[in-house]
Amino acid sequence: MARTVPTWLSILSLGFLVLWLLLAAFPFFWTLWGSFKVEADFFSKQNWTNAIFGVRTLAETGAHYTGAGYEGAWIKEEFWKASINTLVMTISVVAISLTLGTLGGYALSRSPFRYAFWILIIALVFRAMPHITLVSGYLFPFFELNLWGHLTTTIIVMVAINQPFTLWMLHSFFLNIPKDLDESALVDGCTRFQAFRYVIIPVMWPGVITTGLFSFLLAYNDFALTGLLLTEENQTMVPAIAGFLGSTQQQGNVMYAVAAVVSATAPLFVLVMFFQRQIVSGLTAGAVKG
Amino acid sequence: MPHRTFISFIWPSALAMMLFIALPIISVAIQSLYIQHEQVIETVKNCGPFGCTESVVVNVEATEKIRAEQPLGRFNALGTYTNRNHLAFAEIAAAWKASANWSGFFAAITNLPFYKALFFTLSYTLVVTPLVILLGFFVALAVNRLPSIFKGPTIFFSLLPMIVTPLIGSLILFWMIDAKGIIGGSLQLLFDDPDLSLKASPTLTWITLFVYGVWHHAPFAFVVFYAGLQTVPKDILESAMIDGANRWQQIRHVVIPHLIPLGVFIALIQLMDNFRVFEPIVGFNASASATSLSWIIYNDLRTGDGTTLFGSAAATSMLTILGVAILLAPVLIRAWRANQRMA
Repeated sequence: MARTVPTWLSILSLGFLVLWLLLAAFPFFWTLWGSFKVEADFFSKQNWTNAIFGVRTLAETGAHYTGAGYEGAWIKEEFWKASINTLVMTISVVAISLTLGTLGGYALSRSPFRYAFWILIIALVFRAMPHITLVSGYLFPFFELNLWGHLTTTIIVMVAINQPFTLWMLHSFFLNIPKDLDESALVDGCTRFQAFRYVIIPVMWPGVITTGLFSFLLAYNDFALTGLLLTEENQTMVPAIAGFLGSTQQQGNVMYAVAAVVSATAPLFVLVMFFQRQIVSGLTAGAVKG
Repeated sequence: MPHRTFISFIWPSALAMMLFIALPIISVAIQSLYIQHEQVIETVKNCGPFGCTESVVVNVEATEKIRAEQPLGRFNALGTYTNRNHLAFAEIAAAWKASANWSGFFAAITNLPFYKALFFTLSYTLVVTPLVILLGFFVALAVNRLPSIFKGPTIFFSLLPMIVTPLIGSLILFWMIDAKGIIGGSLQLLFDDPDLSLKASPTLTWITLFVYGVWHHAPFAFVVFYAGLQTVPKDILESAMIDGANRWQQIRHVVIPHLIPLGVFIALIQLMDNFRVFEPIVGFNASASATSLSWIIYNDLRTGDGTTLFGSAAATSMLTILGVAILLAPVLIRAWRANQRMA
């Protein structure tokens, strides 16, 4: 039944796709490659091909590659501290968000009452608000109560900001789990909590993993909150990188930032590699439920 | 589920949202009515051998005391909303009188900080959103035609611009468009203009930010449309073919109608996300030519301790929230109607 595709259309479609892939992926590989060069090569006045062949790198360091940017960022500028902060923050945010979100999302998916609908609508409004509009609401009380600057405070704030999205996502996943499953447990004499514990928890993991991925991304990628709520000491990776930019005028410092950027992107690469299927299903789950 | 059980399940989540979303909104609303104290200024007379001079100094002690007693600042009612940095009623009235034509009036208004930011935010939202949908749709069509072994890697690379941290993504592109970077350098060669810089001209900066926005968000539209393409009903497509529809007619009359609900969903998410545009302005160091509502809030708040402009940031925040509410109004009205029907 399928008709043969005209050649020009195949070529056009393929060419378009190659162009898109180049646009999408090339900047990352370029920056990864360039991070092992010196500044005079990555930002070359004479010729951009210097960044590929490392002419100045060879002249300045005697080798084609240099780890000076990484050494400077991780050791001299103590980027390792920021990465530990990021690790602590993302793990806590994901764990707490999912705990609160599964309980709430389950309740929302099983409640026949109208207020459940309105809670979801309010959550949608919260989801739509730019996060930074809330920051002045945090800063002042946090300054007054001496809560400002701590990683713990930021984790709690981030969990709360994450809730609207988590609730929506898990709510739609729980709707896909047949009601009969936990209701038969109720008939057998379980309480709601027991039904949730023994019937729902064992089957909810695909949804929880997908939601967890997006909570992770939200916490990992945030700059609006982490940039304003943390002291320099407690900074996570993204505000730390923004901090590097302040001192870009000094020779070599730009390469610190380049190395830090590559280091912070690497975990995201790995994440997409392993969880591509979950990310795709998560993005579309919202759409299908619309 | 009875009310009591419902509450016992939802209270941790609801409490978190109450404390850290609803309460801060109230706090922002209150702060927007206050303004930071002015410094206590005194005139001091210094008398020396060559006569007396009067100088104006800041009484640090008295200033600190007032600030400690009333940390919120002094009550300013709606003054912050109407001042030059926000809605600027007086300046608009003056511009209205002074400008001879519409374009002069418009230029005067877009010079005011709030309107400048609002203008960029709206332009960004309205330019990026449709382009994201278009690009995502065509990429989805192209990927859908690939042999299946190539689909996985293609999707992997296509996801990267969306997954990467916005600040980091914009920095990566910013370094490439630098006059000494690969794209910036190549553009200079291409246009044979050694002084060409994408950072110098406001128009080029705007275009750069739009391009970044499309690059960053297109993968989302692509993934959603791609998933939608998998569910296009085969039998309708086949009957269209039998009826003699050509390739374009099939897309126009079968595929696109099937994808329209997904397009609406993408548009909604994109409107929300693009309206909060912030990180690219920091990453591209573009605040001289382009500011967004989120960026001016950030700019008010980041100034070191003591001089943080809480009132100003709060007023902009309230106006931004109002903007979001207007943007969401059609969706909320639809939800309300659907709920009425349900009842």
